[in-house]
Amino acid sequence: MSAAETSPPVPPPSLGKLFWVFLVMGATSLGGGVVAYLRTGLVVRQRWLDDLSFVELLSISQTLPGLNATNMSILVGDRLRGGMGALVATLGMCLPGASLMIAAGFAYGAGGDGPWSKAFLHGIAAGAVGLIVVVLVQLGAKTLKSVADYVFVLLTAAAVAFFKVPVPYALIVAGIVAIWWHRPRDKDVP
Amino acid sequence: MKNLWDLAGVFAYLSLLTVGGGMAAFPEMKELTVDTYHWLTFPELLHFYSLGQLAPGPNMMMVASIGVVVGHIPGALVALIAFFLPTGLLTFFVGRLWTHLATWRWRPSIQAGLGSVAVGLVLAGAIIMGKGAITGFFFGVISLVVFLLLWRTKINPAYPIVASGLVGMALHYFTAA
Repeated sequence: MSAAETSPPVPPPSLGKLFWVFLVMGATSLGGGVVAYLRTGLVVRQRWLDDLSFVELLSISQTLPGLNATNMSILVGDRLRGGMGALVATLGMCLPGASLMIAAGFAYGAGGDGPWSKAFLHGIAAGAVGLIVVVLVQLGAKTLKSVADYVFVLLTAAAVAFFKVPVPYALIVAGIVAIWWHRPRDKDVP
Repeated sequence: MKNLWDLAGVFAYLSLLTVGGGMAAFPEMKELTVDTYHWLTFPELLHFYSLGQLAPGPNMMMVASIGVVVGHIPGALVALIAFFLPTGLLTFFVGRLWTHLATWRWRPSIQAGLGSVAVGLVLAGAIIMGKGAITGFFFGVISLVVFLLLWRTKINPAYPIVASGLVGMALHYFTAA
């Protein structure tokens, strides 16, 4: 692959433009699935990244703690405009949703918790469970490759949901065992 | 004032648990905000979480709503900063390092190992949330229909989620009448 193909197809944007594009994505990415909106915005429309770098940054986002949407904003912002880029991209991404949820907090306290809105929210909560299970299935299809992986999933989930093991312990213990299970084998080295 | 420090501590801690997505932090979020600090009830937490799925952008902006309940605007800002700054800094620095680790032998091991644990944590969150949200047969039907719709079609998740809310109101109408 030549250098021209791997470098971003257009020059990096100004900080103002970067903020604006992330603000628009932060305001329009309704219904979760921010990753799809990010790819459309960054790779297809602005052409700031190619698909290869997008997937690479996404795999970092998914491995590290933090939400995909904010991790991607940080990594993309940093790659395009350094530390300030990471900051303005993240602020743009978060501002619309945060403003709405702050308003929701006040509305709930100011009598927005009557029986009808409670009934509406209870319905939404049931729907959100369906949404999470879909995310789970998609995440699982990408991540789980062997029977051992499914065992790690079930043990971690059972420990936390049924045996009340605090998440950090489960994360550290299961994480170390699972990473060790997937440790580099000599046969992997050419 | 003490509340704000508690908020900062709780959400900074929760932020480090969000491996694989915000749902992974849900079990501890319930434990701390509902059972330990009594900032809100479990149904309220479920309501905010679910509303947060309808808001644009990152799907855990509901931490701002909890912040408002505890300490109005300052509470919201503290919750947001605490929830996003620690992992943000981690991502920033590890992100710069990670590209240099492209050939490190342990990198695929960490990705594969943490991947399955992350799916397990999200599953645990889904179970705990399901226990609170699916309180009757019809709520189970809502979850199942939303799941099938989103799994099998390309529909924008916002539509079935809003529709679930309307069905919730219809159920309330018929049970109250």
